[in-house]
Amino acid sequence: MPREVVDIPCQVDYLSILDEDGQVIDADLEPDIPDGRLLQLHRTMLLARRFDERMLQLQRQGRIGTFAPVRGQEAAQLGIVAALRDSDWMVPSFREQAASLWRGQSLESFLLVYGGFYQGNELPGNELPEGTRNLPVAVPVGTQPLHAVGLSYAIKYRGQDDVVVTFFGDGATSEGDFHEAMNFAGVFQTPTIFVCQNNQWAISVPRSRQTNSETLAQKALAYGFPGRQVDGNDILAVYVAAEEAAERARSGDGPTMIECVTYRLSMHTTADDPSRYREEEEVEEWRRREPLPRFQAYLKQRDLLSDSDIEETEEEIQGEIQDAIDRAEERMEKLANEELSMFDHMYAEMPPYLREQRDELARELAGQEGNDA
Amino acid sequence: MPKMTMVDALNTALHQEMEQDDSVIVLGEDVAVDGGVFRVTEGLLDAFGEQRVIDTPLAEAGIVGTSIGMAIYGLRPVCEIQFSGFSYLAFHQLESHAARMRWRSRGAYTVPMVLRTPYSGGVRALEHHSESREAYWAHTPGLKMVIPSTPRNARALLISAIRDPDPVIFYEPKAVYRAFREEVPEEEETWPIGKAQVVREGEQLTMISYGAMMRPTLEAADKLAQEDGVEVEVIDVLTIAPLDHETFSESAKKTGRVLIVHEAPRSFGPGAEIVARLVENSFWYLEAPIRRVTGYDVVIPLFAYEKAYLPSADRILRAARETLETPA
Repeated sequence: MPREVVDIPCQVDYLSILDEDGQVIDADLEPDIPDGRLLQLHRTMLLARRFDERMLQLQRQGRIGTFAPVRGQEAAQLGIVAALRDSDWMVPSFREQAASLWRGQSLESFLLVYGGFYQGNELPGNELPEGTRNLPVAVPVGTQPLHAVGLSYAIKYRGQDDVVVTFFGDGATSEGDFHEAMNFAGVFQTPTIFVCQNNQWAISVPRSRQTNSETLAQKALAYGFPGRQVDGNDILAVYVAAEEAAERARSGDGPTMIECVTYRLSMHTTADDPSRYREEEEVEEWRRREPLPRFQAYLKQRDLLSDSDIEETEEEIQGEIQDAIDRAEERMEKLANEELSMFDHMYAEMPPYLREQRDELARELAGQEGNDA
Repeated sequence: MPKMTMVDALNTALHQEMEQDDSVIVLGEDVAVDGGVFRVTEGLLDAFGEQRVIDTPLAEAGIVGTSIGMAIYGLRPVCEIQFSGFSYLAFHQLESHAARMRWRSRGAYTVPMVLRTPYSGGVRALEHHSESREAYWAHTPGLKMVIPSTPRNARALLISAIRDPDPVIFYEPKAVYRAFREEVPEEEETWPIGKAQVVREGEQLTMISYGAMMRPTLEAADKLAQEDGVEVEVIDVLTIAPLDHETFSESAKKTGRVLIVHEAPRSFGPGAEIVARLVENSFWYLEAPIRRVTGYDVVIPLFAYEKAYLPSADRILRAARETLETPA
């Protein structure tokens, strides 16, 4: 038979549980999440949203620098991390504020980092219970999924049943490192969950320019593991997809890729002006599908949440954010004179030439230049 | 003490470290079943199994990025890039992540990994198989850059590199791999990273080199002793970063004359940094201009002309004599 069809698995399913009005489409798919946890998720979603808005104000006032707003992608992040254990790992890119808040990162730490102070990245490390097992943000697009593969290989080697989630965007799927990470994970069958937040835009370049593939999820099929699409603005669908992927990973069945179809409602970063490249009608259409009102409608239908509950939570959150801003600004003021810390943590032990350069800066800062000129 | 080639010595180091620490993992292209194209990882698969000795897909960024993740978890990956000429496909993983993770996380996450890779010319290889680009890594804050020159120091420095808490780029001079044997002590030996070594003492000239260029440099030193009756001091840098300038600066204060030898291109090469450190630390003791015998600022030619490109004992000897003859 000189020519025959090779039968390869070729299917990507699309999962959606809530419709645009927050109604459950198929009750069989509805996950069994305890009420308290649902309300916690709602609170974090609201916190991420309001914090995002407040940070944008602070940026416009010049009180913090550039950051990447998360608006619109909260469900795509929270649905994933809600399905994880504390002992699992998260390897983020640079827009995962909602996921990071859920995983224990403080508001203050974001403000410090975006205020220009690396002290915001001071993490408790990975030793549980106080550890967070969240890696710091990775700015170079698509480079971090490989770290998730290394971490998950190590977990498997040590016989643990933790899993590693890595977040990245639609643009990242064009990077070589993404493909190398997917390929390594497939070959080594690591407990890795690749989460693509397909928010339709990589700055000004639309999803259609990143790949000619019908979906991003299908990339996984080429690497020999399942890829699926979910409505990324439906927190329940995202949760179910993540839970299934985590279960697969924990039981030794290897990696999964989840493409959360979502939308970046705000700018790429605060330095970006989306009106240069996309139509307001498109944004308006996605605004109708955005995750927060949908989740609230669902919770209201289940009698878990009322308008006055929301109002109360909003008020609490505003206070929490204001306290964090006050603390962060106070801390930034104190840290402003700690320039010498730039020499810390370059190596476990500071080499002699770095000590010399540190002393040189110390003299500069003290206004007493060396007399060896 | 057994006499070993550098390949044997490196292989011994890997066996010994893997034996005593189960967090040491070896990964790369052809490192397991094939034992590495230079056989440095020979026998490791049989001894330690496929979970610890990993043939990876053919992807350098993948190898390095995966190693970074393993190291963050607490393993001590020793990855191999088959030739240093291919390490640039992983450049961003080293510069953007391996070198910065400790800094970025303020010490919470560290990357105790080693990247082993053969460098150097003189083995009649294809394009991309003969170059010396140690300056790239030495220029990157957060990385350490080590280049051994003999079987004994290769074994001792590789063990130190594996135990080092920071990422180490470990360049193996492939021209030395099987060039000669040296006695290597059976008991465990480590050498400090960040420390140069005076390998020959002398009063009239300091010759500074490292890696594969130590052999022609020492040959030139022998000739100077035999033919000219001149005793020169020879320093093996061993660690390019962090650079130990004290050892060579002290030597320059004694001899007043310095010659630097490396096969990397001259401009912005390690020699340029060594000259700068000498000027900062030993300027008032210098009696003659510092000379550099190096590769030229061209792509290293294919092997028909590589002999003309690489510093030879004769070229070093001529430069040494010129430096010695310059009136103070």
